[in-house]
Amino acid sequence: MPNSFRTLPDERGHFGQFGGRYVAETLMPLILDLEAEYRTAKADPAFHAEFDDLLEHYVGRPSPLYFAPRLTAELGGAQIWFKRDELNHTGAHKINNCVGQILLAMRMGKTRIIAETGAGQHGVATATVCARFGLPCTIFMGATDVARQQPNVFRMKLLGAEVVPVTAGAGTLKDAMNEALRDWVANVHNTFYIIGTAAGPHPYPELVRDFQSVIGREAREQLLSRTGRLPDLLVAAIGGGSNAIGLFHPFLDDSSVKMLGVEAAGHGLDKEHAASLAGGRPGILHGNKTYLLQDEDGQITEGHSISAGLDYPGIGPEHAWLKEVGRVDYTSVTDKEALDAFQLLCRTEGIIPALEPSHAIAAVAKVAPTLPKDTIILANLCGRGDKDIFSVAEHLGVKI
Amino acid sequence: MTNRLSSAFAKGHPALVCFVTAGDPTPDATPAILDALVEGGADVIELGMPFTDPMADGPAIQLANLRSLGAGTTTADILRIATDFRARHPDVPLVLMGYANPMTIRGPEWFADACAKAGVDGVICVDIPPEEDPELGPALRAKGIAPIRLATPTTDDARLPAVLEGSSGFLYYVSVAGITGKQSAALDSIEQAMQRLKAHAEIPVAVGFGVRTPEQAGPIARVADGVVVGSALVDLIAEHGANAAEPVRKLVSALAQAVHSARKEMA
Repeated sequence: MPNSFRTLPDERGHFGQFGGRYVAETLMPLILDLEAEYRTAKADPAFHAEFDDLLEHYVGRPSPLYFAPRLTAELGGAQIWFKRDELNHTGAHKINNCVGQILLAMRMGKTRIIAETGAGQHGVATATVCARFGLPCTIFMGATDVARQQPNVFRMKLLGAEVVPVTAGAGTLKDAMNEALRDWVANVHNTFYIIGTAAGPHPYPELVRDFQSVIGREAREQLLSRTGRLPDLLVAAIGGGSNAIGLFHPFLDDSSVKMLGVEAAGHGLDKEHAASLAGGRPGILHGNKTYLLQDEDGQITEGHSISAGLDYPGIGPEHAWLKEVGRVDYTSVTDKEALDAFQLLCRTEGIIPALEPSHAIAAVAKVAPTLPKDTIILANLCGRGDKDIFSVAEHLGVKI
Repeated sequence: MTNRLSSAFAKGHPALVCFVTAGDPTPDATPAILDALVEGGADVIELGMPFTDPMADGPAIQLANLRSLGAGTTTADILRIATDFRARHPDVPLVLMGYANPMTIRGPEWFADACAKAGVDGVICVDIPPEEDPELGPALRAKGIAPIRLATPTTDDARLPAVLEGSSGFLYYVSVAGITGKQSAALDSIEQAMQRLKAHAEIPVAVGFGVRTPEQAGPIARVADGVVVGSALVDLIAEHGANAAEPVRKLVSALAQAVHSARKEMA
């Protein structure tokens, strides 16, 4: 075991065997520029001051830490606390990262922003910061996702973004990412790519993690000041893994704190799913080496999840490393379990969660009853469910 | 060292490099298309390895990848196509081009060994830049296979030595910042780039991306050691399917004439 779990990536952007910079030569000089600019920004108090100011007054941070009494009582075991990142401006944790990246883009003199989106939360967050800073914005979104996330498509357009539906492949998040990379390569001189998850070529996994780590830093302080102790277990849903790494990272060296990342098991791990750690193996895609769903020839297979934000066939490289070194446990829950958890939280706490954190809630519902009442579970409620009510209604057989 | 690749660039005229995707439209159709490239006068054959996520490719080659994978093309099929090609054409250099994951999934040594056994002369991996060379480069060099790197308009003088380090065969100059098959670069920008590249590169430099016609290829051949044509051939395969060999041969023949005679016309 290393002395610290918080020192990676190394200078080449690797987390153990994972991560790295597997990009076309055209992008390589820009990736190196971005890394240099990020190092400068990281050491610049003015950058942090502007980031913190926007998070406080524009995003609405700190987000509350909430003890969920009725859910705790219903499950009859550990105390359940939620980090309420669904109360952020735009309704999810994604905005934390977008604020940080657009400040970097402006430092680099870039005049145009592109992004990929799955559920649309990252697209909305990107369109939001672009409107805030007056930069033109193009969002690539799989055509399948455009169809199942219409409210977010309309939000992005209201915010002034151009939404480009991507029909290649299955028309989901990975295809949107391919198309964003193609656009970036062709517009490398003026365009900044705001990647939405803690994946992609170095330094993206590092900088997305750093911007999202506000979640874990706040939660750690809040819980300490409210209870005088650290949590026993952290739980977060994982697609690419940005909300999870944001919650986990500040706690990685607190050896008493266990952590559980929850992948999307879709229809089941023996059927269609999006659980790259459980059902994939290491490979190279979208600029990094990580666990991927793929066949024996290295062709990427499509992920499936009821949650458009989780059906990506890969995972951030730091999670791949944390799994290999055993610091974080990973599990998965099915579409059905996530739907049940979605309804459970609505009913017990008056909170409509997004389908992504519903996966985390489902894992909490499984583990909480097995733990003593004085243990504390802290789960990340990383998005709200307004965007999902139409697809949930459809799955429940309800006509709206 | 003399080998098939260096010989291809030492014929006294610029080299024509032709790209098609292996298994497009089916693995069975590829050998006849490769023969047509050779008959038409291609000096180097670049055989694309299909990938589900071809991030550096435009619509034409994306579709070729889909057709090939849709026909069930496997890595074993591609290696068999290469092995059979080598038996039919002992002297024509064959280069595999593709993405990192299919090349490295069984380990770099496995891939390098399979390439060597199949008679492959070089490998172009789009998404392994010099920074990640350990992922594939050492294994290829150990088997005598040329790692062929890409240089682009964004590769500046400070970076060029790193791109050239450990590469061999030829340097592939991607003449536009963009994806395959889209826009083409202005001739004077290619000429400037060639002057810059040739100041660093001891190996030949071939220019590709956006080169579709003999009229475009000829002038580029006047300033470059080689010209790469891909999407235009792939478009013909899309149009003619299993009967593509003849139209492919015709286009390659016209391209070869323009490329091979480019410097004579100048003189």
